[in-house]
Amino acid sequence: MNGPVSWLGLVTSLALVAVAVVVSMWRHLGLGWQIAWAAARALVQLLLVGVALGLLLTPGRSLWWSWAWIAGMVIYAGDVARRRAPEVPRMASLAIASFAAAAVITLGVTFGLRVLPLNSRTLVPIAGMMVGNSMTATVLAARRLVDELRDKRDEVEARLALGQPSRLAATPYVRAALRSALSPQIETTKATGLVFLPGAMTGLIIAGVSPVHAVLVQAVVMFLILGATATTTVVVALGLVVRVFTPDHRLRPLPLGGRKRG
Amino acid sequence: MEMEARCRGQRYLCPISGIDIIMPDLAFAFEEVTVDRDGVRALDGFTATVPAGGVSAVFGPSGAGKSTLLRLCNRLEVPTSGRVLFRGRDVAGLDPLQLRRQVGMCFQRPTPFPGTVAENLRAADPEASNTEMTAVLERAALIGSWLDRDATALSGGEAERVCLARTLITSPDVLLLDEPTSAIDAEAASLIEQAVLDQATGGMTVIWVSHDAAQVERVADRVLRIDHGRCTAVDGAPSR
Repeated sequence: MNGPVSWLGLVTSLALVAVAVVVSMWRHLGLGWQIAWAAARALVQLLLVGVALGLLLTPGRSLWWSWAWIAGMVIYAGDVARRRAPEVPRMASLAIASFAAAAVITLGVTFGLRVLPLNSRTLVPIAGMMVGNSMTATVLAARRLVDELRDKRDEVEARLALGQPSRLAATPYVRAALRSALSPQIETTKATGLVFLPGAMTGLIIAGVSPVHAVLVQAVVMFLILGATATTTVVVALGLVVRVFTPDHRLRPLPLGGRKRG
Repeated sequence: MEMEARCRGQRYLCPISGIDIIMPDLAFAFEEVTVDRDGVRALDGFTATVPAGGVSAVFGPSGAGKSTLLRLCNRLEVPTSGRVLFRGRDVAGLDPLQLRRQVGMCFQRPTPFPGTVAENLRAADPEASNTEMTAVLERAALIGSWLDRDATALSGGEAERVCLARTLITSPDVLLLDEPTSAIDAEAASLIEQAVLDQATGGMTVIWVSHDAAQVERVADRVLRIDHGRCTAVDGAPSR
């Protein structure tokens, strides 16, 4: 292995997983097996991805393989979002649409405007960071919007009863959901460099790239994540509005709620 | 169209008896309306008419289907089977947004929107002037100068009257009231009753859902009695 971490180093780092297991046992958290399983699973997944990326990034390999990889990643991310937000109606297709929209915009800007050179080595990792980092916000926006519309059903229906179209009636709740989903990413962006050093930058520095170049790459990645998060959350929220209201501007029943009527 | 012609002619063909009867102008007609929701039958072949003008009370026990009936009138809900006619036209064929501006509704619990009283009124009518808003607050038995007050900081009775004013500012022809006084004190309830009766005197059709027999006696010109999702009787209430 030519990288800064050897196989022995990897095995040694498992001591840190052991620390987590020991904490779980000490405080009777009952999470020991879960921690061990999560670490083992992550390691296997990363090794498999590493092998696959190795094949993908072989010089001369067609870029179409990278686009196919990204398409598969977006579809899988949709399924992950569905499992994280089971109460959101048809979350998978909404999430896929939102990640696809974000991919078009962010990859379009990043590569179309030649911020980064377009090749497999940049395309796949950048797309991965875009999808991975906007996942939490996407799920949060969808769940928050469904919660808002369900918990404030009386208020929403009062707006509809005034003759407001469903999109207008939903506006305050969409705004609340988007603010709530975007705020953590904005806070993270503000704290970057002061409170924590981001993964991409850290990885580049460890790999021997000069800190200034690492910072430039990290800044691009950070802005890309911010743009992607804004895109995925707004697409998922507006898509959800179309789905939770009927074409004749009625709020459909939403899971885990609803009062009996007299 | 045939039904519309019959209503304009002040005649109504009862779908059960088949008898063509002379009626005053009809605001709403319910024809064998059934609503199934979550495996529960909320309305079960409800058939009745509501004439235009005056206060029609919908009276019945809790769970009888009163609120569901009201929500059918402005299409917040749709029937599983049967028809709801507004002035002789099936509401299913009407533009729901236009229908809801003609048929205003106040809910059981006050639903003030976050913001000032003026912002609440402008949610219903973005073009409303201060003069119009002041006037509509007074029609709802509120103080006209309350436009800058925080609507969410009002008492239950005051908030309910803001909601009434918010509905009235769209100048509806029909006012649907879903037990608007059930969660407020007697004094506030009395103010709302009087404000609504003033609207009815001015020509507005009011459909008032209530399970309070004394209130029905005070406000209603006629009473649709409902039980287990069916209309069990239609009475006049001549005491008012």
